[in-house]
Amino acid sequence: MSLKHDIEFTLNGVTKRLTVDVTMNALDMLRDVVGLTGTKYGCGEGECGACTVRVDGETRNSCLMFAVDLDGRDIVTIEGLAADPKADALRDAFVEHGAVQCGFCTPGMVMQAAHILDTNPDADANAIKRGLEGNLCRCTGYKKIVDAVESACCGGR
Amino acid sequence: MNVAEKPVIAPESLIGQRIQKKDAPEKAAGKTRYIQDMIVPGVLHAKILRSSRVHAKIKSIDTSAAKALPGVHVVLTAADVPDQQPIGVARDHLPLKGERVRSLRDEIAAVAADSEEIAEAALRLIRVEYEDLPIVATPEDAIKPGAPLIHPVPLAADGQPKALPPKTPIAFAGKPDNIAMRFDYTHGDVAQAEAESDVVVEDTFQLHYVTHCCMGVSGVIAEFDASGNLLMYSNTQVPFLHKREFAEYLNIDPSRVRIIQPPIGGGFGSKLDIYPFEVICIFLARAAKRPVKMVFTREEEFLASPTRQPVLLTLRSGCKKDGTLTFRQVHTLHDNGAYTSWGATTPFVMMQTFSSLYRVPACDYHTTVVYTNNPYAGSFRGYGNLQATFAIEQHMDMLAEKIGMDPLNFRIKNAQDAGEVTGQGMSFKSCGFKECLTTAAERSDYRKKHADNLANRDAPGPVKRGIGMASMLHVGGGAKIYPSDGCGTILKLDDFANVTLITGASEIGQGSETVLSQLVCEELGLPISAVTVVNNDTAITPWDVGVHASRTTFIAGNSAIGAARKAKAKILAAAAKKHGCDEAMLDLRGGFVVVAETGEPVVELARLMRNLHFSDKAELVMTTFYYEPPSVHQDKGFKGDVSAAYAWATQVVEVEVDTDTGIVKMTKVTGTHDVGRVLNRLGLEGQIEGGVVMGQGYALTENLIVENGVTRNPNFRDYKLVTAPEIPEMDITFVESMDGEGPQGAKGVGEAPSICIAAAAANAIYNATGVRIFGLPFTPEAVYRALRGKAEKPNWQAWKSA
Repeated sequence: MSLKHDIEFTLNGVTKRLTVDVTMNALDMLRDVVGLTGTKYGCGEGECGACTVRVDGETRNSCLMFAVDLDGRDIVTIEGLAADPKADALRDAFVEHGAVQCGFCTPGMVMQAAHILDTNPDADANAIKRGLEGNLCRCTGYKKIVDAVESACCGGR
Repeated sequence: MNVAEKPVIAPESLIGQRIQKKDAPEKAAGKTRYIQDMIVPGVLHAKILRSSRVHAKIKSIDTSAAKALPGVHVVLTAADVPDQQPIGVARDHLPLKGERVRSLRDEIAAVAADSEEIAEAALRLIRVEYEDLPIVATPEDAIKPGAPLIHPVPLAADGQPKALPPKTPIAFAGKPDNIAMRFDYTHGDVAQAEAESDVVVEDTFQLHYVTHCCMGVSGVIAEFDASGNLLMYSNTQVPFLHKREFAEYLNIDPSRVRIIQPPIGGGFGSKLDIYPFEVICIFLARAAKRPVKMVFTREEEFLASPTRQPVLLTLRSGCKKDGTLTFRQVHTLHDNGAYTSWGATTPFVMMQTFSSLYRVPACDYHTTVVYTNNPYAGSFRGYGNLQATFAIEQHMDMLAEKIGMDPLNFRIKNAQDAGEVTGQGMSFKSCGFKECLTTAAERSDYRKKHADNLANRDAPGPVKRGIGMASMLHVGGGAKIYPSDGCGTILKLDDFANVTLITGASEIGQGSETVLSQLVCEELGLPISAVTVVNNDTAITPWDVGVHASRTTFIAGNSAIGAARKAKAKILAAAAKKHGCDEAMLDLRGGFVVVAETGEPVVELARLMRNLHFSDKAELVMTTFYYEPPSVHQDKGFKGDVSAAYAWATQVVEVEVDTDTGIVKMTKVTGTHDVGRVLNRLGLEGQIEGGVVMGQGYALTENLIVENGVTRNPNFRDYKLVTAPEIPEMDITFVESMDGEGPQGAKGVGEAPSICIAAAAANAIYNATGVRIFGLPFTPEAVYRALRGKAEKPNWQAWKSA
C-alpha cells in the first residue's frame, strides 16, 4: 500500500542498496532494516542525540531524517566508527575516564565527540560542553564525558 | 610462568583505585544489546491503547475493526482477561481497565501484531465510548468532603455496598474515601518540647512532579514455552520479586517464571514495581502463543512511567537560644495519583530524615496519601529524602538566623555522632557527619562567602551570588523492608584461575559488576580481567532483593566477599597440603599463592587449580555465600535499626541569581560524602557527579507539568534535563569512616548525591537575595515572582484540618 523508494548510499564504507518505505525514518532503517542497533532511539524528536550518526561528514539526528534522505550520501554509524582505528583513542578515553554508566547515550555521545575532535581538535572544556549540548545523559552528570573528550583532544595533539 | 622465575610479589590493593567499568568498552563501541535491540525469532510487536479521558466510565469498547486488520494477531481488553489480578503495593490497580479509567495513562486495550506500525494502526481502529466523571486534580480537592471517589465501593443491585469476602483487594472492593495510606510516627513529647523552645518556625513546602527520564525507554519481551513456562526479558530492578509476583498474577508456580535482564538503559528506581505494560505483554504472549515485545515511545515513557512523589509538606521546628534543636512536627499530603505504587511509601524514608538527621528530642510525623486522577508516583533515587531534606535544611538556616547563630555551627551542634541511637531506633555505628560538614564548608570557603554575599546583597547590579549548604542521612547498608534484605553469590574458578562471579545483584549502569569483581579480586589476588560476571538470569543467579535503597555495593559486596573468602580458604588449604606448609602463612597475590610475609611465590594459582582438578581427588573450587545484613524490621511505630549502616553527606551549592530575569545559575557544588570507604574511586565519582546533576535538574529545570490530570510536557523539548554546558564545577571529596559491617568498610552511596542539592540551592538563593522560596523548581518565572513578593504559597490550612 505504502510508497516504496529505491536508495543507494555508503554505510560505514560499504555501498548499500535498499528499497524503503518513504515514511520510514533513517533511525528505523538503520536499526530494523539494516540491523545496526548501536544507534539508539531516545526520543524520536531530535532532542536527546542518542541516534546521532555522521552524514557526509556532519553529525545528524537520524530520527529526524527520512531513510530516503540518505540516498547518495555517506553514512557512518557507531559501528563504523568503532571499526576505525583512528577512533580507538576516543573510545579508550571514554572507558578510562568513567564516561560510561548505563551506556545508552554513549554511542551518540561518542559520535558527537568524534565530530568535535574532527572539527575542533583544540577544543577546550567549554567548547566540548557546547558541542555535546544536544546529547542528553541521565547517569554521568556529563563531567566525565567532557573529561574524556578533552583528553582525546589533547592526546591527539 | 615457572615459580622459580617469579620474583617476590609485594602486596597490592585494588581498594580505592580507579577501576574501569567492565562493560564500558562494549557500550562505547555501540555493541551492547539493550532490550530495545533484541530480536527474538517469531516475535510480535505490541502497543497499548491508553485512555483519552482523565476520569470516566467506559461505556463500550469496540475492537472488531482492529481485530480484522491484516497482521493483527491478538487484541485484548479487560473482558478478555477475566482472571487478571490487581498489581501494586495496595493491590488497587488492574492492568487492563474495563469499567473505569482514572488517569490519562490508563490501559484500555492492547494489540500484538506483525509490526509496530500495524499494532499502531490497529489501536486507531479501536472505538471507546466514555462517560466523563468529575476530575480530582489536586490532593487538596481529594480530601474535601463530598469529593468524587477515585475507587468507589461497588454497589449491589439494591444500592448497598456489594458483599465481598474479607481481604478482597481494593481494585475490586473499592475505598470509601480517597485516602490511600496514612503514616504516623512520633518520639518524645512535641508539645512539651515546643513549650521549651525559644524560637519556633513553621512553613509549607511544595514539591513537584519530576520523572526518571532513563535514556533507554521501558520495554519487555514475554514468551511461553510449550510447557507453559514464562520467560521474560525485562529491565526490572527487582527480578526475584517479579518472578514471585508474576507467578501470583498468572496463578502458576514461581519456578515456572524466568526473568532475564538484558543490559538496562538506566533505572534510578523507575523499575522497582510491576507495571501494567509488563502484565499486558504476558497476556498477549499467552493469547498469541508467540513471543511478544513491547517498547515505549518517549512520549509514552513520560505519560505512563512513574514520577517522583509530589508532596505538600508543613514543617514546624523549634530550638533554644543556645542552638539546641527541640522538636519537629511534620504533616505531609502525598498526591498518590490514581493507583498506589512505591511513591506512597516514601514516608518510610522521609520520617528517618526528620527524626534522625540531627539530634532532635521530639518528632511528630504524619502523612496522608490521597488518590487523585493524576499520574502515579513510584520510587525515584532518594525515595522521599529530597523532599524531606528540602524542608529540614531550609529550616536549619532559618532557625540559625533567628537565634543569630552561624548556620554551620548550628548544624555541627546538632549533628549526629557515631555511637548514637536515635529516637527512631537507628544506630549509627559509623558516622562521618561532622567531618562532612566541616570539610565541605572549608573546601568551599562557606563561612567567608556566606558573609560576603550577605554584605553584597544590596550592591549594584542585577546578578547576586549566594552560597547554601544542606546535609543528608540515608540508608547505606541496605534496608530491611522485605522478609530478607540479602543477596547470594556463587563463585567458581576454572582451570586457568579465571573466576565466574554469579551474583543476584543487578547492573543498571551503576557499576555493580565492576565493584563486585574488584572485591572478589582483592580477596583472590587476581586482576579484574580474570572475572566474568553473570548477573541477569533468575534461573542461574542466587536470590537478591533487587537494586534499591543504595544497597548493592554493601549487600552484594559482602556476599561476594563471603564467597571469595571461602574460595581463598579452600585454595590456601590445598596449597598448604600440597607444598607442606602452614596455610596461615600463605596469601594470594598476582595470580600466585605466596608466602604472606616474604611475598615469595609458592605455586601459580592456575597450576594449583589444574592440580586439584586432575588429581585423584578431582576437585573444583566452587563456593556459595548468602549475606543477610544484621538489620531489623521496623516495629508498628516505624522504629528499629532498619539498615546495617547509614551514609552521610554535606553539599554546598553556589549560585548566581539574575534578579532581572529570575535565572538561577548553579556555579559550583562542593560535596563531601561519608562513603565508609572508597572502593572504586572512578565509579564512585561518577555516581556522585551524576547524582549532583540530577539534583540540579530537580532544583532548577525539571518540571513535569500536570494540569487537571493532563501531563502537558511529555517530551525533552519541554521537560528540561540539564545539558552539558549547564553543569556546575564539582569538588567532590570523601570521608572514610570505615564502617565495621561494610564491605572493606564501604557504605552505600547511590541515592545520596541527589538528595541535598535543591535544599542547598534554596539556601543559596536566600543568601543571595534575602528571599526564601518554598516550592520547587526554581525556574526563572518562579524565582522572578518570588523576588517580587508574588510567589504562590501553598495553602496548608485548607487541608491541615482534613
